[in-house]
Amino acid sequence: MSALPPDLSQSGIDAEVAKAQASATTEHHPPRDFPPYRSSALRHPKHPPIPLRDPEAVELSGPAFGTTDIGPLDQDLTRHHTGEPLGERITVAGHVLDRRGRPVRRQLVELWQANAAGRYAHQRDQHPAPLDPNFTGFGRCLTDDEGRYSFTTIRPGAYPWRNHTNAWRPAHIHFSLFGEAFTQRLVTQMYFPGDPLFPFDPILQAVTEQSARDRLVATYDHDLSVPEWSLGYRWDIVLDGPAATWFEDEEEGHR
Amino acid sequence: MTYSYELPPTPSHTVGPFFGYALPFPEGGDLAPAHHPDTLTLRGRVLDGAGDPVPDAFVEIWQPGPDGSRTGAPGSMRRDPVTGQGAGRNGVDFTGFGRISTDADGQWAVHTLPPGGVPYVCLAVFARGLMHHLHTRAYLADDPADALLSSLPEQRRATLIAEPVPGAHRTYRFDIRLQGEGETVFLETA
Ligand SMILES: [Fe+3]
Repeated sequence: MSALPPDLSQSGIDAEVAKAQASATTEHHPPRDFPPYRSSALRHPKHPPIPLRDPEAVELSGPAFGTTDIGPLDQDLTRHHTGEPLGERITVAGHVLDRRGRPVRRQLVELWQANAAGRYAHQRDQHPAPLDPNFTGFGRCLTDDEGRYSFTTIRPGAYPWRNHTNAWRPAHIHFSLFGEAFTQRLVTQMYFPGDPLFPFDPILQAVTEQSARDRLVATYDHDLSVPEWSLGYRWDIVLDGPAATWFEDEEEGHR
Repeated sequence: MTYSYELPPTPSHTVGPFFGYALPFPEGGDLAPAHHPDTLTLRGRVLDGAGDPVPDAFVEIWQPGPDGSRTGAPGSMRRDPVTGQGAGRNGVDFTGFGRISTDADGQWAVHTLPPGGVPYVCLAVFARGLMHHLHTRAYLADDPADALLSSLPEQRRATLIAEPVPGAHRTYRFDIRLQGEGETVFLETA
């Protein structure tokens, strides 16, 4: 390693990203050790994970959620206050599937995001962009029997985050998902097509394959746009996890 | 028909620093029905590679019910249909699922019932800086016959065993060390 202090310019980070991507060995998910994302330095294990090969493992089952866990307005983030939030109203919808393409039914999808100005309703977010009294930015829903989810929300703004000089996150929506097995758990972020900030963001670039990064970007879907109301973005989500492969020879419907 | 194809998975991303207004829910760590006599407390810290507490993490727990049932039950995040706000659990059903943010000292705690049929509960850790969450297990009792424990060297296996806290009623300590000395054993599940 160089004894020089780390270069916190965007070009210095870009060079680190290129180097880290060239040596990455993970295929789909980002490596937990990704030096250009500074916060990962002390928060990634050094030991390789231990493979779990027990067919009786509790991790192959998972929590259940139902209509009592969901409020009637939870999936419309524009209805959580008395007034209309500022910004571009959008519909975000898609399917949640497992790696065999089967729908993930009746499972919880949670979503949270910054407002149209790029500010989170969180005290530690000190980005001097306005809070919106009519937008909190948190929603949830259950997938239906086809594995479909749908949210009405506001297109979030980009925001600065101090990882390096002039670091800006591309606009994104955070997602949290459950499958049938605890091992299918996923927390990730959805991006918007054509964002010019993609190449500068070490968090997105921690997903080292272009094809894998592309899977985090929603598609504008005109058929999903609601006339006089909202623009539609489609984003399908595929949950990883050994439940997709371990039970290859078994009947469907296992837990 | 066999499924010859596999879809590539959606990549994981960090939960970031600002999940606190969104993901935690009332009574997230209180899995045990109120005043249940078998209630046990599992508590610990999340620590980074410098040994410092991680104040912007959350831990999820998933476990069988005391009867060994692994189907769970809805209602962990119960909503009040009148106000739309979090209502807390119904105080009767055991859902098997909990979620707890770490506090400023990196501390978390759950109150739960003993898992039926296995000596462990499943944990998952999410944090700013962690691009892909981590799975581990807290064993409430050592079990020489356990397949996972017996596959590990002595020193590493010790990181999975929750220690009874002397003088505290049915209380166990389980620290999660993300990196470095005493690094917790994490499980590869994908
Ligand atoms: Fe964010």
